[in-house]
Amino acid sequence: MKTVLNIALPKGRLGEKVYAMFAAAGFPCPSIEENNRKLIFENEAVGVRYFWVKPSDVAIYVEHGAADIGVAGKDILLEYEPEVYELLDLGIGKCRMAVAAPKGFTDSLDRTLRVATKFSRIAQNYYQSIGRDIDIIHLNGSIELAPILGLSDVIVDIVETGTTLRENNLEVVENIVPISARLIANKSGFQFKNAMIEKVLQSLAGRTEICK
Amino acid sequence: MILNNASSEVLRYMDSTEKILFALRALYREAGYAQYRMSKFEEYDLYSKNKDFLISDGVITFTDTDGKLMALKPDVTLSIIKNNKDLPDSVQKLCYDERVYRISKSTGRFREITQAGLECHGKIDAACVGEVLLLAAKSMELLGRNYVLQISHLGILSALVDRISDDAAVRDAILKCVGEKNLHEIDEICKAAGIPPEASASLKRLSAVYGSVSDTLPEIGRLAKEAGVPEAADELAEAVRVFACGAFADKIRLDFSVTANAGYYNGVVFKGFVDGVPESVLSGGQYDRLMRKMGRKSNAVGFAVYVDELSRLSYPAEV
Repeated sequence: MKTVLNIALPKGRLGEKVYAMFAAAGFPCPSIEENNRKLIFENEAVGVRYFWVKPSDVAIYVEHGAADIGVAGKDILLEYEPEVYELLDLGIGKCRMAVAAPKGFTDSLDRTLRVATKFSRIAQNYYQSIGRDIDIIHLNGSIELAPILGLSDVIVDIVETGTTLRENNLEVVENIVPISARLIANKSGFQFKNAMIEKVLQSLAGRTEICK
Repeated sequence: MILNNASSEVLRYMDSTEKILFALRALYREAGYAQYRMSKFEEYDLYSKNKDFLISDGVITFTDTDGKLMALKPDVTLSIIKNNKDLPDSVQKLCYDERVYRISKSTGRFREITQAGLECHGKIDAACVGEVLLLAAKSMELLGRNYVLQISHLGILSALVDRISDDAAVRDAILKCVGEKNLHEIDEICKAAGIPPEASASLKRLSAVYGSVSDTLPEIGRLAKEAGVPEAADELAEAVRVFACGAFADKIRLDFSVTANAGYYNGVVFKGFVDGVPESVLSGGQYDRLMRKMGRKSNAVGFAVYVDELSRLSYPAEV
């Protein structure tokens, strides 16, 4: 029986870019390009099976072995710390994790800083590293709203172009870490589908160099 | 006695976990390892002193009738070291199957976990380490599925990491990358710490090592020599000689992404994977440093099989 490599792709614009990279690297799957509502796409001849999942779930599928490999943002890997191999920086989906605050904000060190974020662990680790005492207000979206309404002093969030921040009178006060899409692999799957994963890795590494 | 004639009926009513436990016990006993039974409880002090050795942080504690703070065992190795005699000039071979209590990563709550394993204490030479590695491979073999035993050597890995930086935080970050096969980030860490990229070149070569003993040993030897620890490569070569001839050769992969806390472990460390289970099901290594921390003169090597993980094997492996 031919080995089939299960690949979890993040739904959305980044996922489409990632699939294009896989296809160009020699792992196309024509059925994925048809406009339909299927969730799983297979190209038996090449030995790949793709499925679209929510970007923040890719690491979960890979960690639990439902996918052998997948592509996840570094933000997700830092936040959930899944037990996976991080094989390659694909160099796409580039942005940064940053602290943002209303324009002109200065941190008064005499009280606990209130931080609104979707990325509690990243925020906690960052402020711990600089010895600042904080309260975390965990939100699931519209993080920019929090300082405007006085829910928090600052936010920790992904910044791509900074347009949303500017339009809401916020600005970046500190960069925490650069973010990009990473190729990850299940630790057990890596052992048993090693030849295939190495092939994908080498081909993608070649494409990544070209992009750079 | 009824039990004498009951083996086949007894076997029929065993579940898969029990069958694996007994098969492992038989394997270890046949190899000359004595069964080690221990009490369910241990003084909490033992774990608070060796917190970093434990896989999960939490320990279930209670106060005993004499007022002592006790714990439900979160680990077997520490108890065996504490309760076993220190006989550095002989070799003591012990095996166990026990239940331990740890915090589950997925639920954040305590769980009972079944573990089987063995420990070899005393005068540990390459032959002892080889025997333990062979028994680890045989443990994997009896699960009846395709498997891989990944073997690494902390002496070589630490020597190469230590050469890059004397800042403990940088070294920890780099070691984490090695465990994730994350070579691209090693460059980033070095750049941020002002370390020239060529300083990590040898470590990156070591991290890229993955393959059979015969394919990888020459490169490992070269890198160990470069790092000034040729004896560590010799030690590794000597220990994996048990696999040179035999059916196990294609199951063994030398791979330095197997890391462990260098405060406790030294020498050979290893992990076992079985096809169809997403996490490692076996983990072990040589832990002379833990023995010193606990005031023992003996050296030690051992491993544990996480039997609960294997219950998944009854599920279909393919989508």
